[in-house]
Amino acid sequence: MKAKIGVSWSLLHLINRNHPIDKMISLKKIRKAYRTDFTTLEVLKGIDLEIASGEFVSIMGSSGSGKSTLLNVLGLLDDFDSGAYHLNGESMKNLSAKEGAHFRNRLIGFGFQSFNLLSFKTADENVALPLYYQRVDRNERQKKAREYLERVGLLDWADHLPTQLSGGQQQRVAIARALITQPKIILADEPTGALDSKTSDEVMGLFQDVNDEGITVVLVTHENDIAERTKRTILLKDGLIEGDQMHMSTAKLSINV
Amino acid sequence: MFDYDKWQEIFASIQRHKLRTTLTALGVFWGIFMLVLLLGAGNGLRNGVEYEFQDDALNSIWIRRGVTSMEYQGLPEGRPISFDNEDYDLLIDHFDGIEHATGRFYLRGDQLLVYKDKELSFPTRGVHPGHQQVEKSIIIRGRYINQRDLDEYRKVAVIGKEVAASVFGNENPIGKELKIGGIIYTVVGEYYEEGNPNEMRIVYLPISTVQRVYAGTKTLHQLMITTGDMPLEEMKALEKEIKMAMAARHQFALADPRAIWMSNMGVQFQEYQNFFRAIRIFVWFVGIGSIIAGVIGVSNIMLIVVKDRTREIGVRKALGATPRDFIAMIFQEAIVITGLAGCGGLAAGVGVLAIISDLEVQYFRNPEINIWVGLAATLVLILAGALAGLLPARQAARIHPVVAMKAD
Repeated sequence: MKAKIGVSWSLLHLINRNHPIDKMISLKKIRKAYRTDFTTLEVLKGIDLEIASGEFVSIMGSSGSGKSTLLNVLGLLDDFDSGAYHLNGESMKNLSAKEGAHFRNRLIGFGFQSFNLLSFKTADENVALPLYYQRVDRNERQKKAREYLERVGLLDWADHLPTQLSGGQQQRVAIARALITQPKIILADEPTGALDSKTSDEVMGLFQDVNDEGITVVLVTHENDIAERTKRTILLKDGLIEGDQMHMSTAKLSINV
Repeated sequence: MFDYDKWQEIFASIQRHKLRTTLTALGVFWGIFMLVLLLGAGNGLRNGVEYEFQDDALNSIWIRRGVTSMEYQGLPEGRPISFDNEDYDLLIDHFDGIEHATGRFYLRGDQLLVYKDKELSFPTRGVHPGHQQVEKSIIIRGRYINQRDLDEYRKVAVIGKEVAASVFGNENPIGKELKIGGIIYTVVGEYYEEGNPNEMRIVYLPISTVQRVYAGTKTLHQLMITTGDMPLEEMKALEKEIKMAMAARHQFALADPRAIWMSNMGVQFQEYQNFFRAIRIFVWFVGIGSIIAGVIGVSNIMLIVVKDRTREIGVRKALGATPRDFIAMIFQEAIVITGLAGCGGLAAGVGVLAIISDLEVQYFRNPEINIWVGLAATLVLILAGALAGLLPARQAARIHPVVAMKAD
């Protein structure tokens, strides 16, 4: 029998220990520094983090705390210097460019603050793009793109260019694009950073829906109200995890009872 | 397999940067266009020269009369030198290696030819039988002037194809009587010559007849010989020996450059060939320079394309594009630009050559190019353009997605 129950932070730990949930992300002693000719800036100073499959996690921290760098490392958009990173059970150490591309395409969906839609492609072409790199047939890609645009309520805007869409609509197109490959995890860097509060609310609703389907969602935000809508918040400070907290109001976990 | 998306992206990229792409393509277009034009012009010059030489034997030496420009053994300068039959005999009797020889006697002005009710004027010359080989005349009907014609002072004529057509129309001229300069001759031959058609607008008569009938002298205006398969160096030596003999006979200084004029066709042809070889090298040098400029243009533009599209490349990488995808994309764009512009340049160059191919100027004729050379040059340009695209493409492939996405 499957039931959804509210659990406390300590109970969660207990469950974690006694009922191992699939680890989607496992970071051990992850370090990352940016080097110039004169200086070395250590951004991640040994991050240990585990995120289970199906979690809805926000990463918070002040500017320069390393939250975006952490998300980039998680999304294989940036390398890490040392430590171990396992994504969906596979090691992400020393990946070739091709392997990195493969994992990004198959496992990860991205959301960006500035949406990062290609300006010369229509909404449905933007959504279909990740499938192009999976060599999916053109007609099939277009069909699926429209399906996902319908999911985010933008089917009528399929033939529009990004410049013809509002910020909220663009972010929804970006989310449809992130979902079209049916990824295991969605990573979003300040997805509501460029949106007003009403539109932010709609976008967070979409992320909630995605998470409800069992997809792990990790987002970086500096807004408390956005973080509160996730189930777990990780607080970074100076490249280290300073806090890791479940939100009681929303902490729901699917477990087998 | 036809990848619609890739082509769509290439044309979208080209369309987004119309001016930039047009200027780049123009560089490539111009490179091939100029190469084709220069090669065509080079060939036109070569063809023109070959055409001019076509109607004369390349193994011939031509000797013309001149006026002395130096004093010689008490004789003043400014003495005109004239040839006569003894000069011809001198050539025949005293030199080895002469295959054919002829003198020429020019009748002043064109002679009036009268046949039935037709009256037309053509240049008329008296010649020896060896003239046929010197001028490379091909007999198409009847025969050429022979020794018996000379010995018996026959009134026979050999006429050029153009003369035959103008005077006799469709009639066979052989055996017909033709009044030339008021004297009746029998047409015994009709000839054809490659090269300049004016060479077929001449009437040839036995030189002995001409000397006796029109001038009453033994004068010759010009002497020509052919040397068989004599090597060029031996031809030069023979030329020198003839000049020495002529200098002794006509009493002029061997160093006098104007007493007689000698043209060695073999040497001249070789000089022209060397000259045009140099022109061809120059043409290739300039042409390849133009192509290199075009390739540098493409390479430059591809670098800018990569820089301009850095953010887009970052996004695509985040979405799963592999390095190969970028290399293929940038590579293909470079090939499309160079390919279209190169083929355009080739077509335009060939078109211009076709337009000017009818141009008839001395030493310029039929400015053609070997289409395979043109295609090969275009192909080289496309490959070079592709390679020019490879460098920025590889650079694009190396950009880290997170760095790329932060680009402006």
